[in-house]
Amino acid sequence: MEKTALYNFHKNLGAKFVPFAGYEMPIQYKEGIVKEHISTRQSAGFFDVSHMGQLFVSGNNSLEQNLEKIIPLDFKEIKMNQSKYSFLINEKGGVIDDIIITRVEGGFNIILNAACKDNDIKEIAKCLNSESKYELKKNLSLIALQGPKSEIILESIVQGVKQLKFMNGDFFKFQAKQIYITRSGYTGEDGFEISVQDKNVENFTKLLTTKGAKPIGLGARDTLRLEAGLCLYGHELNQNISPVQANLKWAISKRRRKEGGFNGWENIKNDLQNGVSKIRVGIKPSGRIIAREGTKIFSSSGEEIGIVTSGTFGPSVNAPVAMGYIQSKFSEINNKILLEVRGKKHDAVISKLPFYKKSYVK
Amino acid sequence: MSEKKYSKKHEWIALEGETATVGISKHATEMLGDIVFVELPQKGKGLNKEDKAAVVESTKAASDVYTPVSGEILETNQPIVDDPSNVNKDPENNGWFFKIKIKDKSELDSLMSQTDYEKFVKDNPN
Repeated sequence: MEKTALYNFHKNLGAKFVPFAGYEMPIQYKEGIVKEHISTRQSAGFFDVSHMGQLFVSGNNSLEQNLEKIIPLDFKEIKMNQSKYSFLINEKGGVIDDIIITRVEGGFNIILNAACKDNDIKEIAKCLNSESKYELKKNLSLIALQGPKSEIILESIVQGVKQLKFMNGDFFKFQAKQIYITRSGYTGEDGFEISVQDKNVENFTKLLTTKGAKPIGLGARDTLRLEAGLCLYGHELNQNISPVQANLKWAISKRRRKEGGFNGWENIKNDLQNGVSKIRVGIKPSGRIIAREGTKIFSSSGEEIGIVTSGTFGPSVNAPVAMGYIQSKFSEINNKILLEVRGKKHDAVISKLPFYKKSYVK
Repeated sequence: MSEKKYSKKHEWIALEGETATVGISKHATEMLGDIVFVELPQKGKGLNKEDKAAVVESTKAASDVYTPVSGEILETNQPIVDDPSNVNKDPENNGWFFKIKIKDKSELDSLMSQTDYEKFVKDNPN
């Protein structure tokens, strides 16, 4: 089991650890998931996401063309220091991983999910030519700072970050060292992701806590992203689900939706032109019943029509929330469905996403 | 009320005459984390010792609550259904789950005293 550079720091803060994608990661700290969730929404919280892969890819003039084979973005549209959410696509049009890619001097930074990163690198390497280089940064930590007070807190430590627009990054100075910061995140809040050397990360994170940011574990990270209607790889996304089924066609650039030219294009073209038979939706159970992953979904006439992929109690919406896949003809907002929990069928409705309204800085 | 007793499944029970009050231990609530949903048994329901009686869900997972003794459900604690955080706030008093009309008091003999339970928790931290 691997540990991040902050392992002892978490331990001293009273973290409870769980194995996650081969790493021992904090699931919560002393205050617990609900308080951590609320702190992030109302103030600011930091998350150690150093288990995620930070891949730097560089190459010659054909690099962008080669990356376009596996990533359905229009690379000409990505400005210097701009970040985009997208996917690595397999030959059937399924999602190998969901990623954030940022154009930097000389190439691209790609953030990969921890459980997928080794396979991702193999898949990316298949598309590259011999002039290209790629490096998984092993000595860099990644800290996400999320919540409405993130800007004030981070600006007091790293001057200039308040100038960043959402989904943009740049190099900044921290204790005479260069660090790369993007304004991004995965909670539905404004925030930043800070890539900092392992040997400086504890210093950096201690400063965040002295400025008022609370430590947040994977438990609250999950309730936050679920309220924000965001997908988690291995739950809403996998190798057999296309981005169109996942209701994420917006993350395929306009030109690519017309021209294709990436892995699995025939299937994705078919999904785009003829629609999909099942699609990802938001689900709001009535009452307080929680529909966890694997809960079967039925139509009001009792026909089995889908399955829940994530479900929990949303502390900010103060109600249970879920996402899942359902036959497209039942996917209309406010459509009534039934969820089978502990042998009983409970009422629920299809809900628009997100459950919780975003407040990103544009 | 008599001295509280504890089960290996982390329920507590306190006897008063023929009626016992059942809830989950402070240790159990610490393991579960924030409780966000509680489902209680129907009044009048007859249960055998160690039958599933209630369900608690935390932000992490769902868990069953068992009855440590056989009997008939007399009363349930609606305030923990309306606001499940009441269980975390005071698990061994106001956060009780149900009152049961006890069938056989000798079933209490197999349960642990508070001291024994504390030792049990120490030896079985998960």
